[in-house]
Amino acid sequence: MSSQHVALDGSGMVYGVILNDRPSLERLGAALTAPPYAAPPKAPVLYIKPYNTHAATGATVRVPRGADRVELGATLGLVLGRDSTGLAEATALDAVAGLRPVLDVSLPNPVVYRPPVRERCFDGSCPMGPVVPYGRVGDLAELTLRTLVNGVLVAERGLSDLLRPAARLLADVTDFMTLRAGDTLTLGIALNGPQAGPGDRVALEIDGFDRLEITIEGAAP
Amino acid sequence: MKHARVRYEGVVHAATATTTAEGEALRLSDGRVIAAEAVEAWLPPVEPRTIFALGLNYADHAKELAFKPPETPLVFLKGPNTITGHQSRTRRPAGVAFMHYECELAVVIGQTARDVPRARAYEVVAGYSVANDYAIRDYLENYYRPNLRVKNRDGCTPLGPWLVDAADVPNPMDLRLRTLVNGVETQSGGTRDMIFDVPHLIAYLSSIMTLSPGDVILTGTPDGLADVKPGDVVTTEIEGVGSLVSHIVG
Repeated sequence: MSSQHVALDGSGMVYGVILNDRPSLERLGAALTAPPYAAPPKAPVLYIKPYNTHAATGATVRVPRGADRVELGATLGLVLGRDSTGLAEATALDAVAGLRPVLDVSLPNPVVYRPPVRERCFDGSCPMGPVVPYGRVGDLAELTLRTLVNGVLVAERGLSDLLRPAARLLADVTDFMTLRAGDTLTLGIALNGPQAGPGDRVALEIDGFDRLEITIEGAAP
Repeated sequence: MKHARVRYEGVVHAATATTTAEGEALRLSDGRVIAAEAVEAWLPPVEPRTIFALGLNYADHAKELAFKPPETPLVFLKGPNTITGHQSRTRRPAGVAFMHYECELAVVIGQTARDVPRARAYEVVAGYSVANDYAIRDYLENYYRPNLRVKNRDGCTPLGPWLVDAADVPNPMDLRLRTLVNGVETQSGGTRDMIFDVPHLIAYLSSIMTLSPGDVILTGTPDGLADVKPGDVVTTEIEGVGSLVSHIVG
C-alpha cells in the first residue's frame, strides 16, 4: 500500500462542513428537532466549493448581484495526501499532507435545509492560503482563527469546539465517499459568521500560517 | 458524432461510434475499428469538472416524492468520485432498505459561460449523455438535502456510454427516456416534462457562477422509482443519446 504524499498543492475538490462546532449546534437548539430539519444531523453535513470559487490570498471577491453583504466563514482545511476511503479514526491523520486557511465567503442564509449553491458557489468565494505541511503544525485543538475586517477583529474561534475533531471527521466522511489526493476537507465553519461589504479588506489569521487576505468588491455591473 | 473513452488492450483510447457489417463498433483515435464487445472497460465519456444535479425537476417525480414543485431549480453538486462508466458496477450497501436509480439527461458544457440568456443557452452546450444518479434514501437527512451521504457516494453515478455532439441532438427537450430493470420497463418519461428546461438551467446557473468546459448538468428524473438489489441490471436509456447499463452489486 502506498503512503506517498503526492499532492501538497490542494488543487482538487474542496468539501466544506457545517454543524461541526458545538456553538452552532447550540444556537440552533430546539430548531434541530423542528421542521424542516426534524432531527439533529447524524452524518457530517457537507457542501462543495466548486473550482470557480477557488481563489488565493490577495484575491478580490465580488458580492453577487442583488446583495450588498457577504458572510465570512473562517476555517482550516485538511489537504489529503493520498486517495482515502474508509479511513480508521486511529490512523486517519496519516492521510493528511497539509493544512491551509480557508475563508468561505457566502450569501447570508440562516436556513441550512437545501444545498447552498446560490449562497456558496459564486465566483471567487473560496479564498485559501498556501498549504503548510501537516507535521509543521501542532495540536489543532489549540489553534485560534481570527477574522479581521479592515484591521478590526470581528470573530475569534478556537478549534477546541469541534463535534468531530479532524481524525473523526475524516473517518466519518470517508465512510461513504472517497477523498482524493489533493482534495481539501474543512473542519467546518461556524454559522452566522461576521459580514463584510464592498470596499472591506478581510483577513484570516491563524498562528503558524500566512495571513489570508482578500478584498470585497461590489457586484459587477 | 458519438464520442467515448474506452480501455482496449489495457490502454485508454478516445473513440467514436461507427457501424460495420457485424454491427455496432468503435473507431479508436489511432484509426483501428473494434467491435463494441471487444471493449474492456467503458470510461465516463467526459472527465467532469463541476457536476450539477437537479432535484425535483419533473412535476410527476416531485408529486411522487410528495413535494411541491420548486419555484427555483433545486441544485446540488457532486464530486468526481461519484462518476463511473457504462457497464460498471455500483454497490448497494448492506442493510439499506431503498436504493433507486434515476435516469437523467446529462448536459455537457463546452465553453466558458457567464450570464448566458436563455435564447443563447444551447450555444454553450458541447453535447449530451445519459446518467443514472443512484440515491440511497435510507441516508436522507434534512441538512443541505439531498445530502452527500445520499448523493455523493463512490461510483453511484454511471455516465455514458457516449457523449453525443449537441449538433446531433436537435431537440433535447423532446426526448423519450426510460429505465429497465432486468429488461422490464419501470420508469418512462419525456424531457419535455422538465419543470426547468435545459436553457433555463444554463441561464440560472450561469447567473450565479461561471460555467466551464467539462461542467456537467444532470437534469433530474421523472417518476417511476423502484428499489434495486444486488444482481440487478439497470438500463437507463434516452432516445438518440444512448443506453447506459449498470450492474448492482452487494
